[in-house]
Amino acid sequence: MKPFTSHTGIGVPLRRSNVDTDQIIPAVYLKRVSRTGFADGLFAAWRDQDDFVLNSEPYRSGSVLVAGPDFGTGSSREHAVWALADHGFRVVISARFADIFRGNAGKQGLLAAQCEQPDVELLWKLLESEPGTEVTVDLRERTVQAKDLTIHFTIDDYTRWRLLEGLDDIALSLRHADRIDAFESTRPSWLPTTAPVTTG
Amino acid sequence: MGRTLAEKVWDAHVVRAGDGNSEPDLLYIDLHLVHEVTSPQAFEGLRLAGRRVRRPDLTIATEDHNVPTEHTDRPIADEVSRVQVETLRRNCAEFGVRLHPMGDAEQGIVHVVGPQLGLTQPGMTVVCGDSHTSTHGAFGGLAFGIGTSEVEHVLATQTLPLRPFRTMAITVTSATGVLPLDVTSKDIILAVIAEIGTGGGQGYVLEYRGNVLENLSMEARMTICNMSIEAGARAGMIAPDDTTADYVRNRPHAPQGADWDAAVAYWRSLRTDDDASFDAEVYIDADALTPFVTWGTNPGQGLPLSERVPDPAQLTDEGERVAAEKALSYMDLKPGMPLRDIPVDTVFLGSCTNGRIEDLRAAAEVLRGQTVHDGLRMLVVPGSMRVRAQAEAEGLHEVFTAAGAQWRSAGCSMCLGMNPDQLAPGERAASTSNRNFEGRQGKGGRTHLVSPLVAAATAVRGTLSAPADLD
Repeated sequence: MKPFTSHTGIGVPLRRSNVDTDQIIPAVYLKRVSRTGFADGLFAAWRDQDDFVLNSEPYRSGSVLVAGPDFGTGSSREHAVWALADHGFRVVISARFADIFRGNAGKQGLLAAQCEQPDVELLWKLLESEPGTEVTVDLRERTVQAKDLTIHFTIDDYTRWRLLEGLDDIALSLRHADRIDAFESTRPSWLPTTAPVTTG
Repeated sequence: MGRTLAEKVWDAHVVRAGDGNSEPDLLYIDLHLVHEVTSPQAFEGLRLAGRRVRRPDLTIATEDHNVPTEHTDRPIADEVSRVQVETLRRNCAEFGVRLHPMGDAEQGIVHVVGPQLGLTQPGMTVVCGDSHTSTHGAFGGLAFGIGTSEVEHVLATQTLPLRPFRTMAITVTSATGVLPLDVTSKDIILAVIAEIGTGGGQGYVLEYRGNVLENLSMEARMTICNMSIEAGARAGMIAPDDTTADYVRNRPHAPQGADWDAAVAYWRSLRTDDDASFDAEVYIDADALTPFVTWGTNPGQGLPLSERVPDPAQLTDEGERVAAEKALSYMDLKPGMPLRDIPVDTVFLGSCTNGRIEDLRAAAEVLRGQTVHDGLRMLVVPGSMRVRAQAEAEGLHEVFTAAGAQWRSAGCSMCLGMNPDQLAPGERAASTSNRNFEGRQGKGGRTHLVSPLVAAATAVRGTLSAPADLD
């Protein structure tokens, strides 16, 4: 994973709450077996609507998405993160993220920055009144800056550290392989395995 | 200080504790369920890193999300879908993972297959690259959905780094412990989500308890835990009891002999201590419940069937008002219209929420001797081929087909519209599935979430209805 320290890009105001992962990328776009190529499916249903924010410049070239609360609810599909990243987004700002989406984003280097809803409203107003405004998101300082506006966001220390260092979770866990071995040796014998059983 | 059920299961799986600050605990995973959609990139990641599957014997795969539910003896027509299914087969063969492919007697939706085989047992940690993994919490384990990176992590390490969840008790009681007429566990969970909202469970494990829960069957309990994610919770759980043990007993992977006795003794300890405290508590009076349906585009936008489409203007919270206006516009509904008058084009009976044998029995009982409304399409999609075989042994398929419904093979089907089973733009469905999101069941499709009883009655009358409306 590429380290994330700070990012500057055009902000995109998405005035919707409860943007679930089916809306971020519908199921029919989940058939690929690669991690790339999902940008076509991003917000697929809304891309047909002329007034959808991503259908016009300069928003189309944006990389900081500013969305309503409860972003990423529903299905666990990591394709939602891949589609956002494929399109060019590096940051999503929202007042509340669904747990699984937040976890998936952290694994892929997409920053899920949680801000207070009144701050999101201020950002929306700014980005709508001055389209193309650049937003700087600094993970070290946990700040979002656009024009004269500076707001703070929250992210847990561990995810922040992993993103700053660009660390791979699996390698981190495998450092504790001896502990995993030790734990396994204590598991009770009644626990099932998936080894096929013959039934009568 | 006592511990909750969730805390007991968590504590029993900590491989390595975090630093108590934001470093997560490393948790051992007892069972990993795999399907074709969220696994290909995970196996590819293993291959690129030169890693193996650490415990193929704790891993099982099936094909469900993307498979057709008719003509299943033929190759999958859609090439991209076929490649995805073939990729799973190749990955399972290469990494030594047991797979139940299309055409196999044990194929079906992962969350139906696990419990049915007896692989889901009390006190276990269960994960799958699917948010409805919460289903398995009905057995008193900790079960939750994960993303593809986490699928790869579990394949490689059989562990996951996780921070503890907070705990929320949802106590459902009635005077006698039974549910009112035509009310099912689906109505309970829809009412819970309407009460706490789609974000109300975020960060929590929900523990469902109370005399109503104690009297529910395992299948009804699974329906409730299944939709915990729709309230934003990663997991839902119910303490194991005799009903749980009776369900597991004698299934193919159930413990045998002395192992069974040891397991049951342990399961009995899996309940929230009397002096434990929850971070939040919610109470539901089941005597006040009636059949529940959704009117909007998230599962929290639901009301009793006897109500009318709500008026967004009367909502005081601006965010909720805007969301309701958008939902009514998408759903093409006018405020004040009785929910019972909403006509539907399609009825979908199936999914990991309501595709089990009891669901099919309940719907068949309503449909027996009745006819599906003129012009309405009803799809009955069993949750697994085992459920399908059981239903056929009981003659349920004849009830469905005699009424004019389509009898299909197992899979996720129209729940997410990934295979050919989809709504056309503008089509409206009463669906026993779990999500009424915009476009979920097909682009432009409109979904009302309902119980199997309401689904069957709706199929007969052609408008959202409960069985009592048929009298």
